[in-house]
Amino acid sequence: MTFSAELEARFEKMIGQYPPGRQKGALIPMLLYAQDETGQITDELIDEVSRRLSVNKVEVEEVLGYYTMLHRERRGRHHLQICTNVACMLVGGEELWHHACHKLGIGNKQTTADGQFSLEEVECIGACSWAPALIDNYDFHLNVTPEKLDALIESLRGQQ
Amino acid sequence: MLFNEPHPLEVKVLTKRFEYPQKDPIWIDEFLAKEGYAGIRKALEMTPEAIIEEVKKSSLRGRGGAGFPTGLKWGFVDRNSPKPKYIVVNADEGEPGTCKDRVLMENDPHMLIEGCLIAGRAINSNRGWIYIRGEYRYLIDILDKAIEEAYARGYLGENIQGSGWTFHLSTHTGAGSYECGEESALLESLEGKRGNPRLKPPFPATSGAFQCPTIVNNVETYCAVPSIILNGGEWYAGLGTPRNGGTRMVCLSGHLNRPGVYEVPLGYNLKQLIEEFGGGVWKGRKLKAVIPGGSSSPILTADEIDIPADYDSLAKAGSMLGSGATMVLDETVDMVKLAHRVMKFYAHESCGWCIPCREGTAWLEKMLRRLDEGVGVTRDIDMVGQLSQSMLGRTFCALGDAAAMPTISIVQKFRHEFEAKLAGAKVFMPAPETQPLVVL
Ligand SMILES: Cc1cc2nc3c(=O)[nH]c(=O)nc-3n(C[C@H](O)[C@H](O)[C@H](O)COP(=O)(O)O)c2cc1C
Ligand code: SF4
Ligand code: FES
Repeated sequence: MTFSAELEARFEKMIGQYPPGRQKGALIPMLLYAQDETGQITDELIDEVSRRLSVNKVEVEEVLGYYTMLHRERRGRHHLQICTNVACMLVGGEELWHHACHKLGIGNKQTTADGQFSLEEVECIGACSWAPALIDNYDFHLNVTPEKLDALIESLRGQQ
Repeated sequence: MLFNEPHPLEVKVLTKRFEYPQKDPIWIDEFLAKEGYAGIRKALEMTPEAIIEEVKKSSLRGRGGAGFPTGLKWGFVDRNSPKPKYIVVNADEGEPGTCKDRVLMENDPHMLIEGCLIAGRAINSNRGWIYIRGEYRYLIDILDKAIEEAYARGYLGENIQGSGWTFHLSTHTGAGSYECGEESALLESLEGKRGNPRLKPPFPATSGAFQCPTIVNNVETYCAVPSIILNGGEWYAGLGTPRNGGTRMVCLSGHLNRPGVYEVPLGYNLKQLIEEFGGGVWKGRKLKAVIPGGSSSPILTADEIDIPADYDSLAKAGSMLGSGATMVLDETVDMVKLAHRVMKFYAHESCGWCIPCREGTAWLEKMLRRLDEGVGVTRDIDMVGQLSQSMLGRTFCALGDAAAMPTISIVQKFRHEFEAKLAGAKVFMPAPETQPLVVL
């Protein structure tokens, strides 16, 4: 399995950043960065990463079961993560969440039929002073209102 | 860049280079032109003992939550150990309400690098990692670029500024886990494992990353160090209150006219902070309560907040300064719902390693959901309090306490709201009629 030249270069650099023999340290970053390219964690990816870092496949599985950002299933091209934790809840985070569910016709951790959007209700994403907030893939959107969310969804739809 | 309009009452130490509005991060040329890396240049002329002494004098305390004295922590590391010594930055920023570390890293990434360098020099280290939560991907790009600049200008790598000393630094991403902000779980994660915490002692200073002596500090803690070295520990200590040195970043959120992240001296009055910086409670409403240090900190009622906001004063008031996340609640907030939402978070984030927390948070969430929905019996209110009490201090790491503390305080201080919710409930579950088993 090969990755983009950029990612290959990143991996090569990363492995040298952990003490000799302890390259397993690169496991979680490697999985996340690779997932960003492949869209999901596949069997092939698990094999590849475990081979490169000389770790057992079970050790990879262990990690997959723990971290919420690593996922084996495919998600929408735009994975919208809406925060409903306290600071957001106080200023309309939950309403925003329900609005998104209705608008897209899906629930938590579901994907629209056309594969464009998936939704996730997330815990604090560190944007509390600019709440309510959401993340589209890795892009932060702050002080979001239902209207702003509608506009965002429309513009993302248009992008294809 | 993520930064709100500065407030005239701010005391700018960490944010001294920030401009408003600022378009880009402060890259190395601008950084050097504004006193950047002057702290490490000075530290390179000092002995490690002298650096640690200066940090001790500053009475800088950890800004990640626990408020442990930083100089003391650094002093625990055996600088002459034959093992490598490591620097780890906790940039996991997961405590609900907290959004300050990102402001520092995003605007002034070299300040964090400089703090790591000075810490590295103080414990004789040659390597460090910045552990950043996975959601902050854009920050990894900013920091990676800053690190590259520092290597190119001889502030990282071998023979730093001709001193003969080597220090390497890199970013390391997390992948979604609040528990990985707990320092020992963070170290497990850094080693490529699940984020379950370690038994302490040994503390990281003895056996940390890859079983070597390590210091783990919050982003803001490291960021304060260059100014301390440059201007002296006494100067820094003088900005705050006794034993609570310097300034801190406060994240104001919730029902305020002007939520935002501001830099204030330690000991700034909490009530004034909310009124002056936050612009007071929004919509002309009344204040009900304040969560002063992130969702793990016990809640304070409106008449408990006329106190200096520093570690010791908040502890005296039965709460904690925590991570500086101050969430303000107006009179309309349903406290049962709040308690429920807070517990939902901890139940979701419990790593499952120890039973009191794994089971405790799950049951508490169920009970609080039931109360929130107005179903249940009065006895449930007591049970929520008791269950939280019995979790307190009995869990493997502090996440269990973090779940119990706010819950106990909400039930204690707002019990009437729980009762009112049950009384007004549409769905009513009668208390079961019990017969004594043995009639004496
Ligand atoms: C459940 C839990 C989560 C934590 N999350 C963070 C965090 O996100 N960022 C942080 O700096 N410290 C966090 N801490 C505190 C760290 O364990 C540790 O005390 C801190 O990084 C030490 O740095 P300091 O002394 O500079 O504060 C957390 C602690 C616990 C128990
Ligand atoms: S207290 Fe919770 S988070 Fe900490 S070890 Fe136990 S189960 Fe894990
Ligand atoms: S509570 Fe939503 S971003 Fe912090």
